[in-house]
Amino acid sequence: MAVMRYREALNAALREEMARDPTVMLMGEDIGVFNGAFKVTAGLLEEFGDKRVRDTPISENTIVGMGVGAAMTGLRPVVELMTINFSLLAMDQIVNHAATIHYMFGGQAKVPMVVRMPQGAGHQLGPTHSHSWEALYLHVPGLLVAVPTTAADAKGLLKAAIRDDNPVVFIEHEYLYGQRGEVPDDGDHVVRFGEAAVRREGDDVTIVGISRMALTAARAARTLSDQHGIEAEVIDPRTLRPLDLDTILASVRKTNRCVIVEEGWPHGGVGANLAALVSEQAFDDLDAPIQRVTGADVPMPYSKPLEQIAFPQEQQIVDAVLASVGER
Amino acid sequence: MAEHVADAAEQAGLPEAAVAREWLETMMLIRRFEERAGEMYAKAKIGGFLHLAIGEEATIVGSTRALRDQDYLISTYRSHGHTLARGSDPNRVMAELFGRVDGLCKGRGGSMHMFDAEKRFMGGYGIVGGNLPLAAGFALASDYLGRDELTLCQFGDGASNQGTFGETMNLAALWRLPVVFMVTNNQFGMGTSLERHSAVTDLMRKGEGFGVPGMRCDGMDVMDTYRVTSEALAIAREERRPILVEAVTYRFRGHSMADPEEYRTKEQVDEWRKRDPIVVFGDQLAAAGIVDESERVQMDVATIERVDAAVAFADASPHPGPNALYDDIYVLGDQVRGWYSVDERTPTPHRGEDERAMDSAVLPHSEHEHGVAAAPKPADAAQRDAD
Repeated sequence: MAVMRYREALNAALREEMARDPTVMLMGEDIGVFNGAFKVTAGLLEEFGDKRVRDTPISENTIVGMGVGAAMTGLRPVVELMTINFSLLAMDQIVNHAATIHYMFGGQAKVPMVVRMPQGAGHQLGPTHSHSWEALYLHVPGLLVAVPTTAADAKGLLKAAIRDDNPVVFIEHEYLYGQRGEVPDDGDHVVRFGEAAVRREGDDVTIVGISRMALTAARAARTLSDQHGIEAEVIDPRTLRPLDLDTILASVRKTNRCVIVEEGWPHGGVGANLAALVSEQAFDDLDAPIQRVTGADVPMPYSKPLEQIAFPQEQQIVDAVLASVGER
Repeated sequence: MAEHVADAAEQAGLPEAAVAREWLETMMLIRRFEERAGEMYAKAKIGGFLHLAIGEEATIVGSTRALRDQDYLISTYRSHGHTLARGSDPNRVMAELFGRVDGLCKGRGGSMHMFDAEKRFMGGYGIVGGNLPLAAGFALASDYLGRDELTLCQFGDGASNQGTFGETMNLAALWRLPVVFMVTNNQFGMGTSLERHSAVTDLMRKGEGFGVPGMRCDGMDVMDTYRVTSEALAIAREERRPILVEAVTYRFRGHSMADPEEYRTKEQVDEWRKRDPIVVFGDQLAAAGIVDESERVQMDVATIERVDAAVAFADASPHPGPNALYDDIYVLGDQVRGWYSVDERTPTPHRGEDERAMDSAVLPHSEHEHGVAAAPKPADAAQRDAD
């Protein structure tokens, strides 16, 4: 095990996969000479050269589309978009093309491409750089969607994404880039999609946390234990497509209570979807309504105090759990 | 006599007789195929939208014949002609229009989304301008892998107004990609005429600001289209830079079958019809003594029979069964082992899935809770069908 930051773990995954497979190549805005807006690709241009690490013009839809075309004809492109907000410029290529081509052409073509993008609030980047939109991509059949929380998962899931033959939307988090964690040294440390991680075991309530919210949920769980004697089970799904619903349902059947935490908007969100799935399939096991803790239903404000109350904090999760167990 | 024929052909700049005949036949095939497709649409054998390329045959055949087998062709939602010209089986193209299992895309794509991997026909695409980045991506892969492949990307005059046009021109020029962009200027973006939709109507110039030089061909003239496309492809191959070719042409029929054509006059259509590319080329071949009148009629009859056979084939091909609904959403493998792992909605089977037999050994999820494992056993399914 080595301790490294989330961004370094991503960098290691890219480096190892590029070394392993010569068809893996990177494209994105300022990923080469500039070393990446968040330094995820630092040093890769130097190591692999400008044929494999390509700085692109600011043309999101076209660089993703070129990735689709290149993936259809023999490469494994990893395209970096500077934020998830910018990915909306590439929505046509991601949804109408990448996600659709295998199905639309009767299985004749495949698109083994990864589109990486960071999301998340907390850096006062305002209403066009800070959103959390995993729900947009969760919505789309044909895509795989990863939302890694830890450094180990960042590395293992990115390696799995690159090796997969399907288009993957790989959603990183700006806050998590600097977080440290233990990462297996093994070059074949791959985290398979569709396998949730149980971050903390408990019998009283199930908390499902998406992306950074898995960490916030774990903190809330400690507080609940210390101050309220409530033992929460914290589940990090790690990937949303495929989703490891079994692990979540098994937990809910044990705890009989479920709280879902996400940073994104409430309407049509990951939590809305998951709450529907859980109530469809484990209704009889629930002793209380499913609680959702979500980002505020607003564009992300710039003001620091406003921003801080626009995405879920530990206390809101604690409150939701207390409501779920009937203590509030 | 033979010498005389060769002389006349050479004088007219015609290709050798067998080649010229094949071009004419292919243009005839596209014309007759499209006409029949229109009839089948009227008879509701074909659903959705149907965009015919009648009038554009010379642009399609002239440009496609400039490609080698290893080169990629990518097109738009008006792509039956490109598919046929690339050599796809007309039976399977018609079956795709009919939405049947023997269609090129198993009935999933329909008229706007043809694809034939074997022929390196890389697809018709329904999003205007959406195919341009893909074409640059093919060229990028060819370049990256050191393969001697070229890409020809066809799109309409309307697509030249999309953001992807400028973005792709810039990137293809910047990265010196071996790709030729052909804007099929048929004078209209749907019902909006060129001068009403583009500030620059000299479309061959539209790439210049992005570093992509332009050329123009007479898209009603198969030989001119072939010559100019060949020249552009040679530049792309040898000089490693993209070229934009404008093919000036006209569609004789409406934008789609649902087009009352209120945006143009009958006189204008008639004027262009005088330049019918099949008639003009046939006359040239007749004048050169390559194809005489009776042979032309014979070729046309054979083409009609070929298209009749395609219709019969399509009609006989079954509709996809409901169990095909969930096929090919994902490439199955280590992580995605079946449809179920990506759709967790309900414990009951989804539409079409109750007929699916899935090896429980590859199910990634526990079997007893939900999903396919909870689906009725075949006997139950049969019982429900009977109900």
